[in-house]
Amino acid sequence: MENDNAVRVRGLVKRYPDKVAVDGVDLDIHRGEVFALLGPNGAGKTTTTEILEGYRRADDGEVSVLGTDPAQGDRSWRARLGIVLQTSRDEAESTVSELVNHYAGYYPNPRDPDEVIAAVGLEEKRKTRPRKLSGGQRRRLDVALGVVGNPELLFLDEPTTGFDPEARRQFWTLIEELRTEGTTILLTTHYLDEAEHLADRVGVIADGRMIEIGTPETLGGRGARTARVSWADADGPHELRTDQPTAEVAALMARFGGEVPELEVRRPSLEDIYLDLIGKANAAETAAVTMEAGAL
Amino acid sequence: MADTKPLPSTVTVGLARTRLEVREFFREREALIFTFFFPIIFLGIFSAVFGNTDFDGVNAATYFTPGMIASGIFLSSFQSLAISIALERDEGLLKRLRGTPMPPQAYFIGKIGQVLITSILQIALLLAISGLLLGVDLPTEPDRWLNFVWIFILGTASGSVLGIAFSVVPKSGKAASAVITPVVLLLQFMSGVYFVYSSLPGWMRNVAAVFPLKWLAQGMRSVFLPDGFELTEPAKSWQLGTGAIVLSIWLVVGLLLAQRVFRWTRRDAG
Repeated sequence: MENDNAVRVRGLVKRYPDKVAVDGVDLDIHRGEVFALLGPNGAGKTTTTEILEGYRRADDGEVSVLGTDPAQGDRSWRARLGIVLQTSRDEAESTVSELVNHYAGYYPNPRDPDEVIAAVGLEEKRKTRPRKLSGGQRRRLDVALGVVGNPELLFLDEPTTGFDPEARRQFWTLIEELRTEGTTILLTTHYLDEAEHLADRVGVIADGRMIEIGTPETLGGRGARTARVSWADADGPHELRTDQPTAEVAALMARFGGEVPELEVRRPSLEDIYLDLIGKANAAETAAVTMEAGAL
Repeated sequence: MADTKPLPSTVTVGLARTRLEVREFFREREALIFTFFFPIIFLGIFSAVFGNTDFDGVNAATYFTPGMIASGIFLSSFQSLAISIALERDEGLLKRLRGTPMPPQAYFIGKIGQVLITSILQIALLLAISGLLLGVDLPTEPDRWLNFVWIFILGTASGSVLGIAFSVVPKSGKAASAVITPVVLLLQFMSGVYFVYSSLPGWMRNVAAVFPLKWLAQGMRSVFLPDGFELTEPAKSWQLGTGAIVLSIWLVVGLLLAQRVFRWTRRDAG
């Protein structure tokens, strides 16, 4: 039996002629979880996922995906993966139904193509060719082709870029259904609300290093979660940071004898925490390379 | 563990890819016009323009039919594969396919299967139009058709592997047509597809003799022109043996090149 981790990475390094794209990344993705990989462009997200998918070779470190080194991955290994790339063209002249049925034929144990088309909400578009689909519908076709093989592990690379809010919500429902069925999902995204909504755990990667891994609720540590209580009085606006916002509000209520003017209690969003982490990583990096100025 | 059903065989997936490729080909208007109907359109134009011209005792349609067949084989194999694969690589289709358990050989089975099916249909249509509408006397001797078969197979095979290899030359999918079409056009002019080959200047014939299309066209002339026409060739012979050797060399070179240079991802993909 394989262990509980769908993905296990230790000390992953990938160098390009002009830079080190991935610089010692460790990563475990548990079976059945949705893991979101976050990070700015050029941070090493795509390189890392493409090594996991078997498209690129690692220069150093250990990589195991479903118990196999992706560099040695054969057809039966690929049959257990589903890959939804950031951009890809479809065979443009075939209909949705023809494509999903065709891709199903690559796998030993595919899902029912009609059920997959229904699950991604393209029933009405079965006879439509990809170029006549909207951006969101095309992306759902990409997902249909990615999941028709009944994968244990699904890679989703920026699946909702360019979606309108409603299409994004629908897409999230689809991903949640896949998760309920037990599919392990590695999601890369630029949308923090998407990660917060879908992911069981989040990893933040910057400058080729994994700077933090945690649940969306605990990322950044307790300090980053400190609540901010703000209000106003005759002197103007006030704000304080506290671990006990309820007590503070009670105290303010007593002081004002009732309604507190412009009262607001806020906790930082995942986006605030993420930007904070990325900012710290950049600052550390800048400090570390002052000797080789111009490297940035 | 879940049930371990066997993976679909390479042949099964290869045939499925052939069906898909043929469907894609016939649904795409651009490929249909520039690859499939191009030689037929040209034959029609030539026989209309040179309607009253005598080519050593045969009419224009008879003289140009073999060249158009050779040209059709080359377009359907080399040009069509080089452009379509360059596009598929640039737009990420090859990358997606590589991420599935599709056997890589199945992709090539699909491409070559599509070339075979479309070029056989193309030649059948061309011969039907020549024979029925343009007054071309099609040969009846079995040994001529036997020659036709091996020339067709060698021409299609070498054109296909060279097309697969050449697909890495255009830097982007958008540039594919612009890079590949002129190469093919130039070869067609030099190889005596559009002119009487022996009327071309000697240096041009020497250049053309290096490439496969000239030998393909010359071979097809040996099949479709009446006895005695070999004397109108610069070599006073059809040179079928030399043609077979040159086409075979290109087949082997193309096969080796294709294996070495073919890639599933774009050049900039690291």
